[in-house]
Amino acid sequence: MADLMLTARNALPQGEALTLAATRIEVLTMRRLTSLMPGRDAAPLATALQKHHGLTLPAPGGRSLREEGECLWFGRDQYLLIGVAPSPLLSGAATMTDQSDAWTSVLLQGPLAREVLARLTPLDLRDVAQPEGATARSEIAHMMGSLTRVAADGYRLMVFRSMAETLLRDLRETLEAVAARQAL
Amino acid sequence: MRMTCPLCGARDLREFTFRGAALARPEGDDWNGAWHDYVHLRDNPAGESREYWAHSAGCGAVLLVTRDTRTHEVFSVTLAEGAGA
Repeated sequence: MADLMLTARNALPQGEALTLAATRIEVLTMRRLTSLMPGRDAAPLATALQKHHGLTLPAPGGRSLREEGECLWFGRDQYLLIGVAPSPLLSGAATMTDQSDAWTSVLLQGPLAREVLARLTPLDLRDVAQPEGATARSEIAHMMGSLTRVAADGYRLMVFRSMAETLLRDLRETLEAVAARQAL
Repeated sequence: MRMTCPLCGARDLREFTFRGAALARPEGDDWNGAWHDYVHLRDNPAGESREYWAHSAGCGAVLLVTRDTRTHEVFSVTLAEGAGA
């Protein structure tokens, strides 16, 4: 049988999708995503992650960041290692799966970003509940997703790749509506 | 109604899915009256109710919630695991 090469590809064309009122919707480059599931005891994973990647295991709602690589809290007993190939030595501490092309990441950044999101998610987006660097699992336009505030006015949204087009369409429509109201 | 997930904080009801009343599981594997009650019979309390809720659009944890069915006041929310139910 012929050798089969399966190459991970992004669900959406990468790059800017829409900019209105200085607020930008941008499909982010697909990065290496690895789900880390340590089970009930996360302590061995915390040690291994620090040792092999120099990243601390984030508390619920948090993330740890280095120049290359990021570890994101991704739900109960779930973490997502972003941007780096996982050390095989992590495998003793957690179950790992490659999720690179399973999720699609979109950046929403600009002065209207929070107002656009406020129409799409039930999450409390005020600074007190969602400061810079905070991450949350919540609904985005009725889809289960992950929201991370990557900048004061910037949010990275992640949904399953099967819902990528829907996310992009809803973001576009909402930004158009919010920008139109601003222009009145 | 809002519930405070022990992991995620206060969240809107639409993130949660009702997963039924939290009942004490009968002892033993043999079918008897206690198992019949456990599987089929439910109270319909006007007042305090112990229930399971899944934080399905959030962190995915199953929660044990005590709330008042008349006022929607939520008394307590804990992880179902280790709660003895």
